[in-house]
Formats: sequence, structure tokens, C-alpha cells
Amino acid sequence: MNELHFPLLELAIAIPLVGSLVVSGVRDVERARFWTLLVCGAAFVCTVGAWQDFNWSHFTVQPAASNTAAHDRWDVVAWATGHNWIVIDELSAPLLPLASLLYLLTTIATLRTKVRRFSFPAALLAEAIVLATLSCREPRGVIVLLALGTIPPCLELRDRGKPTGAFVLHMGLFVAAMTGGWLLVEWSGQSPPPVWALAPLVLGILIRSGIAPFHCWVTDLFENATFGRALLFVTPMMGAYAAVRLLLPVAPDWMLHGIGLLALATAVYSAGLALVQREARRFFSYIFLSNSALVLVGLDSLTPIGLTGALTMWLSVGLSLAGFGLTLRALEARHGRLSLTSYHGVYEHTPELAVCFLLTGLASVGFPGTFGFLSSELLVDGAVQAFPYVGIVVLIASALNGIAVLQAYFRLFTGTRHAASVPLKIGPRERIAVLTMAALVLGGGIYPQPGVASRHHAATTILKSRLRVQEVRSKADTAAPNGASDE
Amino acid sequence: MFDISQSLWLLGTLVVVVPALLVAALGLTTLAGRPCPEHLTSRLVQAAMTIGLLAACGVLAMMLATGKRHVPIHLGNWVEIAAHEAAAPETTPHAPMVHGESAESPQHFHFAFKFTFDRLSVPFVILTFLLCGVIGAFASKYLHREPGFNRFFVLYALFALGMVLTSLAGTIETLFTGWELVGVSSALLVAFFHERPGPVDNGLRVWAVYRFSDAALLLAAVVMHHMRGAGDFDTLLGATPPWPESHSELTSQQALIVGSLLLVAAAGKSALVPFSGWLPRAMEGPTPSSAIFYGALSAHLGAFLLLRVSPLLDLSLGLSIAVVLLGLSTAIFASLAGRAQSDIKSALSFAALTQVGLIVAEIGLGLRYLALVHILGHASLRTLQFLRASSLLQDYRMMEDAIGSRLPGRTAELPLAPARSRTWLYRLAIGRGYLDLFLADYIAQPILRTFRACDALERRWTDLLTRGPSRESDELAPGAGSLKEPL
Repeated sequence: MNELHFPLLELAIAIPLVGSLVVSGVRDVERARFWTLLVCGAAFVCTVGAWQDFNWSHFTVQPAASNTAAHDRWDVVAWATGHNWIVIDELSAPLLPLASLLYLLTTIATLRTKVRRFSFPAALLAEAIVLATLSCREPRGVIVLLALGTIPPCLELRDRGKPTGAFVLHMGLFVAAMTGGWLLVEWSGQSPPPVWALAPLVLGILIRSGIAPFHCWVTDLFENATFGRALLFVTPMMGAYAAVRLLLPVAPDWMLHGIGLLALATAVYSAGLALVQREARRFFSYIFLSNSALVLVGLDSLTPIGLTGALTMWLSVGLSLAGFGLTLRALEARHGRLSLTSYHGVYEHTPELAVCFLLTGLASVGFPGTFGFLSSELLVDGAVQAFPYVGIVVLIASALNGIAVLQAYFRLFTGTRHAASVPLKIGPRERIAVLTMAALVLGGGIYPQPGVASRHHAATTILKSRLRVQEVRSKADTAAPNGASDE
Repeated sequence: MFDISQSLWLLGTLVVVVPALLVAALGLTTLAGRPCPEHLTSRLVQAAMTIGLLAACGVLAMMLATGKRHVPIHLGNWVEIAAHEAAAPETTPHAPMVHGESAESPQHFHFAFKFTFDRLSVPFVILTFLLCGVIGAFASKYLHREPGFNRFFVLYALFALGMVLTSLAGTIETLFTGWELVGVSSALLVAFFHERPGPVDNGLRVWAVYRFSDAALLLAAVVMHHMRGAGDFDTLLGATPPWPESHSELTSQQALIVGSLLLVAAAGKSALVPFSGWLPRAMEGPTPSSAIFYGALSAHLGAFLLLRVSPLLDLSLGLSIAVVLLGLSTAIFASLAGRAQSDIKSALSFAALTQVGLIVAEIGLGLRYLALVHILGHASLRTLQFLRASSLLQDYRMMEDAIGSRLPGRTAELPLAPARSRTWLYRLAIGRGYLDLFLADYIAQPILRTFRACDALERRWTDLLTRGPSRESDELAPGAGSLKEPL
């Protein structure tokens, strides 16, 4: 395994973790926000540094290295436990800065009126958990960290006095399924694991990814938690991460295609439901569900191009929908919960928000010129190889999402003239957040080659590791008496 | 030394780059919250359209001088995944080729920026620059000091770029990029006067039809890739002999499938039956956009697409007959509906649609040069009529003042229709063939009802999980403006 030049990964996790403890002791919310911004900024710098350090060490120092991961220099965790728990590889390298950027921009865009509702220590704790999860390749570690990651939203729901039933039930089932699945995998002692041991893992991943009919926790979370918390919990797409780490290398083809089919149905179903929502947060949650399901469709296509498309779409959906969500959150901070059953007509007050809303929304549906366009192209082209009908269904989902996005734009920003007694213009902090997202969405669309090439490398690495496992599986199947197999 | 090929490449590149720079200049300043002042916007538009027109004329002159009838210009690959990078083709059991142009390049994906100058694209792109230039000059006076001046020109620039990309596209992906830009700018310009709900409703309807037709176009692209492994028109339709004599190597069956999808795409974009309902609705936009989009360029884009893929029509008699029937039925319907319109812009839009129907019928009959000349002449005439429409009433009054009496009126007549069916036909015409009602009642509403039923089921499920009302958002009171269901 390669070694980074600096312990940036551990710093990226430790800084928000320690920051959470420090900020929890700060009474003044303005100071708390200031320190949170500093901590998030430092974590972001560390993750970007780790990404670049990995690229340099991977492609320059040891270009022919077969092992595509790297760990920190002066790795404290490895020294303490004797195992490289915290590593960076081609899959996680751009996901780490993406996740830390989401936390940074969400903190930046939190308005003064909302700082009392949005818990900064909890956000920093959640960031540390997310970054640790993305830095971990070991199945046990991933499962434990994913389980820990469900706690901050749950505590927030409880603290806000909101109903926790739907979220707790789904997340409880998720944690139980993941833990049970991994215990079965360990207990079976087979490599690759038998299908009956993988089945609970599949259930857990379906729940965490919000695949229908296990998706209601997502809409419930957006309904009851703060917008920022819900956004940060879903946009890093940890369900997809679990699928890549735990399932993709070892699951048989038919199992992955089954997940792909469910994800495909979810993409259309959620797009259709986005069209009939009467409130903005619920609309956003369905748009997100539809797009994240498409990522899973590509992951399960098992073709290099399809997988490249899915990994690229992971980044593009993360960026575009985070920008879309931040825009919606900024609008909500001015007008309260936004009904979609009437026109609000706020364009004249916040034209920048309107433009960013449209831009990020259209980017999420793969509009040309944005990062989403190429990822959709790759995903459709790759997935069609696996199943020709996938293209039709993905296009239906995309068409419905596109109509839903423009419908929401019209209802929120146009249709009437909003009279306001106070200025509603976008503030400098919000401007930085939404413009950064818009710039990344456009930049990725205009110059997509580096992003796509990096995702293609990650896809081929994943498929190579899968190939090795499948060869073992096929040998085992051939050697089994009477053709009996674990399937 | 004067190098013809290099000069053609430079001029061809200029044709594409100039509108892209205009979009960047107007779009980025808007996004940054500092839109260009009116006079600078007008200058930029004039300069871009003039340079683009001169460059396109230059290409035409050089093609005429050298006798070249087909000039492909490669601007490189936007994204490329080379075959050697795709190191894991053997990991998948599926079909090997995506965008590759040869069977030796498994999993090769590229998105090429290729533009084709030929007898079809050059006249069309010259028409685009000419009419866009005229409309730009007209609109800079017509919309002087309008609050939406900058918004109009940003969308105008997007439209011009979309038209140029579509006209010159050498691959179906490039064509789709332009097609989408035209679609979104058209829908947003229909909703230009967005402080009223009427234009916004109409904009959403236009967008819904466009998304449907866009999905058909993209599906055609996917099917082409599946059949031929390429989206390059030269590969698909044949480059030698150049348009319109080129021959496709697809089978009759394949041509029928791809051609039918493209026909749906063309029908949506050109408002052919049964999608004709959106055209008069599009007249809610400002007069300059009505003139250029729905009277001149956008309405002919479907016909242009059919001309571009006309070698497919040669392969399938059934497809040709379908094109002729669709064109004739549109012409008859539009002629009938146009006679019962009470406002000049609607009457002009149906008059334009009548001609578009005839052009489509000409394409189906194989009269390609006639169709092309018909497009050029009709677009120019209709632009003039639309631009004159705003001052026509004043002109009438001046003429009536001059002659001292009323001008002779003109009544809607149906001389060939039997007397007993005239009332029925009149009702049909005034109801615009009930096409909108048909689409709303039999397509949109059933879809929406189904998703609303699903939403209601989800509500019951989450209510059960939370042991009480689970949707705080249900309590949101709608805003002041009542909302009809636009779909």
C-alpha cells in the first residue's frame, strides 16, 4: 500500500471530531458558527490535500502499483490497532473533498436566523463520522461507522420534539440488517460469501439508499429535521458507498441486477411523486431519491462505462442537488416552509437564487453543459448494454424530473409579484455557497475529462477486484458436488 | 500560404465559438449578480451575430469555390475513455462496444465535438444568424428599459447557441445538446412575463411537451448506439455521397424504429399533431421571441431534424408515409384552427404551423431541396409578419384615418366544407382540435392521478409509523395566488 506524505486523512477526521467537542462548549452561537466554519474549512483543506497527495503518490511515484490505496504517513490508528483502517483509494479520493465541501458550504450558508436551530457540534460530529466512513474500506469499520452516522439525525429529531418513528424504525432495521449480514458473512467463513449471508446486507443497503419501498424515512427526515441536517445526511449517498464497499465485489450478478431493477423502479416512482408534491422539502426529497436511485442503477450495471457513469453521477448529483438544496434552504430561511400549491413570485427579490435553483436543478437531470449531462450519457450508454430497456426507463425518470424541477421553479419564483416589507436579497455568505456549487456544476460540465477519467479508473479497479472474486466463485461452483452451489 | 482546410476549420470554429462566448459573457455576469448594461448587451449581441454570420458566409463561399459539399470539423473529444484505459472489458458478460467506431475498441467511449457543414446545415445556420441578428436589433429597442431585458438576452443567447449547435451537429449527442438549449430557452421565454400565472402555465406546458420529445430524441440516440455503436451521422447516414444523396446502411426495420422515434421528437419540437396545442400558448412571450422561436426557427427545427435524417426515410416506405400523413394532417388542422383565431399572434402561429406541416409532407415525399427552400423563405416571411404584428393595429388606424372609412373586413370562410358540417368544424377550430384537452385528459391526468394515489398511500404508511399525522407540510396554507393544475 502506498503512503501519503502527510497524515491528512487522520487530520481531516480528527479536526471536526475535536472541533465538535470544542464548539459544544461555546455558548455564543455566533462564535460557535465562526469556529465551526474554521473547523470545516480546515477539514476541507485536509481532504483536498489528501486527494492531491494520493493522486501524486499513486500516479507519479508508483504508477504501476497494483494496490490502489494509500494510508497516512505517521498513521496513529494503524500504530495503535495494527491495522490500516484509514485509507484513501480511487473511489474515495474525490468523495472525501465532496463530503467536506458539503459541510463547509452548508455551514457558510446557515443564516443568522437559523443558527439556533442548526446544531454546529452535531454537524461537526456527523462530518467526522462521514469522513471516517469514506476513509474506511474494511467492512466491519464501514458498518460500525454507518450505524454511528444514524445517531445525530435521530438525536436532532428527538430534541426538536418531532416524531421519530419512521426514521428510527428504518435506521434500526438498517443497522440490524447490516450487522446481522456481516455476522452471517463472518460465520459462513466462505469467500465469496454465500447468498443467504449477503441477503441481509442487500436489505440494509436498500434501506440506506432509500430504494422503494424502504424510502419513507428520507421524506420523513426532510419533513421533520432541519433542512441542513437532512441535506447533509443524504447527499453524501452513504448507501451507494456501502453498496460499492460491501456488495459490489462479492455479490453475484443476478443479485446486483435485482437491486438495479428496484433502483430503476424507484427512479421513475420518485420522479413521478416529485411532480405531485405540495411542499418544497418533500419535492426535493423525491428528486433526490430519484437521482440517487439512478446512481445505484449504474453501479449495478456491471459494465465499465455504466459503472463510470454511476460514479460520475455520484459526484454530479452530490454537487448539483446539494446546490439545489442549499438554494431551497436559503429561500425557506426567508419565507418559511414553502407550499407548492401556490405561486410565490420571489424572482425579483432573489434573482441569483432563481438562477442557481434552475441551474442546479437542471444539472441534476443531466442538462447539457452541466456535469450531470456527461454522467447521464455514460450511465445510459453503459446500462443499456446490460439491459436495453434501462435506457427507456432512465429517460422517463429524467423527463419527469425535468418537468418537476421547472414546475417547482415556476411556483417558487414566478406567477405573481411578491410584496416584501424587508429586503430579501441574497447575503454574501449564501452567495458564496450557491455560486461555488453553480461554478462546480458548470465547470464539471465544461471540462469533464479529468473527473470522468478518474471515475473510470475507480470503476475498472472495482470491476477487477470483482472479477477475481467471481473467478473464485465459479471455481467453487464447478467443484461443488452435483453442481450444488450456494445460490 | 493560403490553406483552404485550415481556413475552413478556423471559420467553422468561429461559427460555433462566437455564440458560445456570447452565452458565457451574458450568463456569467448574470450569475455573478452584475448583468451587463443594456447598451453593452446590444453591442455584444450585434457583434456576435455579425461575426457568426460572416464566418458562416465565409464557409459557404469557400465551399462553393472549392466544390466541397461536405466539410466535417472536429473540435476534439469533449470526453474520451480510450480502449486501453478500459482495462476490464472481460469482467462483463455484456455487449462490448459503446461509442466506439470499430469493433477493436471495446468499451471505448467518446463524446466528440464534430460539426458538419453541408448543403443542409450551411443555409440553416446562415438563416439562424441572420434572423437572430435581426431579432436582436429589434429586441434591444423593443425591450428597452424592460425589467427583464437582461433575462431576455441571456435566454436569446442560449437559444442562438442551441440553434447553431443543432444546425451544424455532426453527431446526435451534439444535436441533442443544441436541442435541449433551444427547449429550455423557449420554455423560459414563453414565461417571460412571469409575474402573471398565465404565461408561466403555458411555459410549463411547452416544457412538458419538449421533455417528451427530448426523451424520444435521446432514446433514438441510444437505439442508434445499440444498433451501430456510434452516434456519428456520417457513420449512421453515410457521408458519401453527401446530403441529400447519402445512403444509410441500416436495415428497413432499424430505420423504421429510429425514424419513428425521431418523428416523435420532431413532432414535439415543431408542434405537429397531436402536440400542436403548445404553439399558440407560446405566443404569451414577448413579440421578438415569438417571432424568432415559434414563427421562424424553433418551429422548423423538427423539419430540420427530418431533413438531416432523411436517408432513413429512403429505407422505409412506412416511415415516409407516416411523415407525409403527419405533415398533411398538421397542415389541414392548422389551416382550420387558424381561421377561427381572434388575435393576430395566434393566427400567425397557426399560419406558420400550416406551412411547417406542408414542409414535413414535402420531406416525406422526398422533395428535400424544396423543403429546405420552403423553410428558408417561410421563416423569413413569418419573422417579418410577427415583427409587424405589434404595430399592425396602429397602421390599420392610420390607413382608416387616411381613407376616412373602415377597411374591408375578412370573415373566416370554409368554402369547400358542406354547410351542415360548418358549425361542427367551427367548434373544432375554435377549440383548436381539442388536442390540449386530449393530452391533458388522457395522458397527463391519468399519470398524475396514479402518483397522487401513491402519495396518499405513503401518507397512510408514514402516519401509521409515526402513530399520528406525519406531514407537517399538510398544514401549510396556500399563498395568495390560486393555482390551477398546469398539467
